[in-house]
Amino acid sequence: MKSLRFILPLLVFAVLLLFLWTGLSLKPHEIPSPLIDKPAPTFELARLDDPTKTVSERQLHGQVWLLNVWASWCVSCMQEHPVLVELAKTGVVPIYGLDYKDKRADALAWLGKHGNPYTVSISDPEGRVGIDYGVYGVPETYVIDRAGVIRYKQIGPVTPELLSEAILPLVRKLQAS
Amino acid sequence: MIPELGHFALIVALCIACVQAVVPLMGAQRGDPAWMALARPAAQGQFVFIAIAFGCLAWSFVSNDFSVLNVANNSNSTLPLRYRFAATWGSHEGSLLLWVFMLALWMTAVSVFSRHLPAPMVARILSVMAVVSVGFLLFLLFTSNPFERLLPPAADGRDLNPLLQDPGMVVHPPMLYMGYVGFSVAFAFAVAALIGGRLDATWARWSRPWTTMAWAFLTVGITLGSGWAYYVLGWGGWWFWDPVENASFMPWLAGTALIHSLAVTEKRGGFKIWTVLLAIIAFSLSLLGTFLVRSGVLTSVHAFATDPRRGVFILAFLAIVIGSSLALFAWRAPKVGLGGAFALVSRESALLVNNVLLLVAAAAVLLGTLYPLFLDALGLGKISVGPPYFESVFVPLMTPAVFLMGIGPLARWKQDAPLDLLVRLKWAFGVAVATAILLPLTLGRWTPLLGLGVLLAIWVIGSGFVNLRERLVQVRAATGPGVRALPQLPRGYWGMLLAHFGVGVFILGVTLVRGYEVEKDVRMNIGDTVATGGYQFRLDGLSEVKGPNYEATRGVFSVTRGTRTVATLNPEKRLYTVQQMPMTIAAIDTGLTRDLYLSLGEPLPGGAWVVRVYHKPFVDWIWGGAFLMALGGVIALTDRRYRLARRERAPGAEPVAAAAAQGTR
Repeated sequence: MKSLRFILPLLVFAVLLLFLWTGLSLKPHEIPSPLIDKPAPTFELARLDDPTKTVSERQLHGQVWLLNVWASWCVSCMQEHPVLVELAKTGVVPIYGLDYKDKRADALAWLGKHGNPYTVSISDPEGRVGIDYGVYGVPETYVIDRAGVIRYKQIGPVTPELLSEAILPLVRKLQAS
Repeated sequence: MIPELGHFALIVALCIACVQAVVPLMGAQRGDPAWMALARPAAQGQFVFIAIAFGCLAWSFVSNDFSVLNVANNSNSTLPLRYRFAATWGSHEGSLLLWVFMLALWMTAVSVFSRHLPAPMVARILSVMAVVSVGFLLFLLFTSNPFERLLPPAADGRDLNPLLQDPGMVVHPPMLYMGYVGFSVAFAFAVAALIGGRLDATWARWSRPWTTMAWAFLTVGITLGSGWAYYVLGWGGWWFWDPVENASFMPWLAGTALIHSLAVTEKRGGFKIWTVLLAIIAFSLSLLGTFLVRSGVLTSVHAFATDPRRGVFILAFLAIVIGSSLALFAWRAPKVGLGGAFALVSRESALLVNNVLLLVAAAAVLLGTLYPLFLDALGLGKISVGPPYFESVFVPLMTPAVFLMGIGPLARWKQDAPLDLLVRLKWAFGVAVATAILLPLTLGRWTPLLGLGVLLAIWVIGSGFVNLRERLVQVRAATGPGVRALPQLPRGYWGMLLAHFGVGVFILGVTLVRGYEVEKDVRMNIGDTVATGGYQFRLDGLSEVKGPNYEATRGVFSVTRGTRTVATLNPEKRLYTVQQMPMTIAAIDTGLTRDLYLSLGEPLPGGAWVVRVYHKPFVDWIWGGAFLMALGGVIALTDRRYRLARRERAPGAEPVAAAAAQGTR
């Protein structure tokens, strides 16, 4: 029994290794969403700025739009935020924000502080809609076409290269079709 | 030609490392002096070749050789020279090369400053370090070759990430890596001792200065990183519990536990098994940190481009190095035996409890960092762990730890009387309680957390002074009158005292800035004034500025207090042209008791801007405290007993040096 004590660190490490190994095969950035080319899951959620009004995905049919999942507690969102603000200024495509597992006051303060790129933000305090969309980690960005079909999903921050090389060309193509 | 030379130098270094990993170790097992003697020249030779490789890469960056893929991806001809040089370690490949370069530097240092160590010990230590070096060199050469060519060459490079174009980033990685990699020395000492079966006070005295030095570097590295985040990210925070920050913080916590545990092993011969385990853990956490950052299992602001092969490689390497050292531990540690016994109230138990608390804190950080991964791997859903978790775990863990910091240094070894201790510390405690009540009240607001923070800070500093007074009384009693007591105290003691004061200063800074910072987001047009924390900020003008590789809008703000002009601040909003990346450059007026922090938010219609104004009281004490801790470490390094140990090489001198060390305690 006494010598077991000395093996304990090794055992703990073995368990840790096992998790890290599975973690490697998870590859958070590379898993393609099963939702690609499927209709965007339905939702009807309260607006962040005005909880008395709700927004549903049906209202957005007929236009190409981006769904950006964000939260005031999310560090990586800080990184992509200026990129979204710049994009919103160009007016190429409306960005709808899904404020994920967040407090309304925090979220509004965050937008006030860092700029609001969103046409409308809706709040998902319990993350239910997030589950429907298979939100993997915040931030995430979806490109949804006129028919309400998800055409692209980005996990992690949107970078200027990603925007100019993948997202915007796709948006233009979808808008033209 | 130069990049190929660098590549070749790395291959040569790998060959030397392979020899160094095997031959001296076998020599030590067989008692062959010639084989053992190979360790030193091999370590130094490795250093020379890795330095050549590093120089070649730096040269490629400085001379804008865009036929090197790494340079084309991470530099640009318009990038200023100092950042082109710093870009050498701005990429994944380059930072790994810096890693092995630092490792070679530490190996060479060990080979030079180990004349007083027995030959088998040196041979084993350098062999263990070479094993680590082999792993990283293989990793560099097979998955992350920094010298890979790009044919045809790019016309210009894609520029260094603008976030990294900052003076702090030039120094932060080398310092951090010196610390990270420095724990490999303590690790090698521990593994060598396990192999050789010699685990005693002398062993602890040998590894102590190395550990302290690595710890001081790591402290400085983390502090610089935190300071960088404060003024570069543009929103005034100084610690974000980001996975990469955590990756450097975990080895720091384990390293802090290790230097305290080493003190007990050196002075009392106790905690031997615990110390060895901590040395293995501290370096394992450094390696794990490297894995987390390089493999892309966790998303983070620091994430570099990732490649699944790299993750698998580092994981395999982790399994081999950490797994085999823990297996060695499981096999050899039961034979080490225990140190001297000690009572419940003694310096040993204070240090032991502190050690456990620090390690639990490191485990909590590890858990928080990996928790999203654990849940995901078990299919239990996807979550993010944020600052609220870390803060709610950290405060209750650190409160008793900091409280014990006041008691530990005053308690006697082996056994002390609890009542006596209380009486000796009553003034420190009284002053701390009084300040904890009065200081927040005079500053305008009292909350339990504010009170606790001030209490702990003043407690640490106050008990430090009580300790100093007692020591001076002891020295006077021993030397008699007429001798100046202050210079009699050993440097190791001063180092400890200073580092502990640093903790107090740090806590005070954290507490006051959290409790009293004022932040305002306002819309400002030219001529508008906003008042915060007793200061008036007036936007005098805006101008367009063109930098070497960016364009910027610069605000000119004059800051006044009453009628007195305090400062002119020039925050900028930059757009780096190559990557089209916007950056916020905050302007900060630094002061002993407050920072005035200004940054430009977004432009508004009509020429106005959103401006963020922060008044941050005592924020610089956070980094000041951390630098004091590191300075304490450096001062402890200059202690007389290390110099003595170095001078007296003859085996017969060992007890003398030990006695001297005991005497100066």
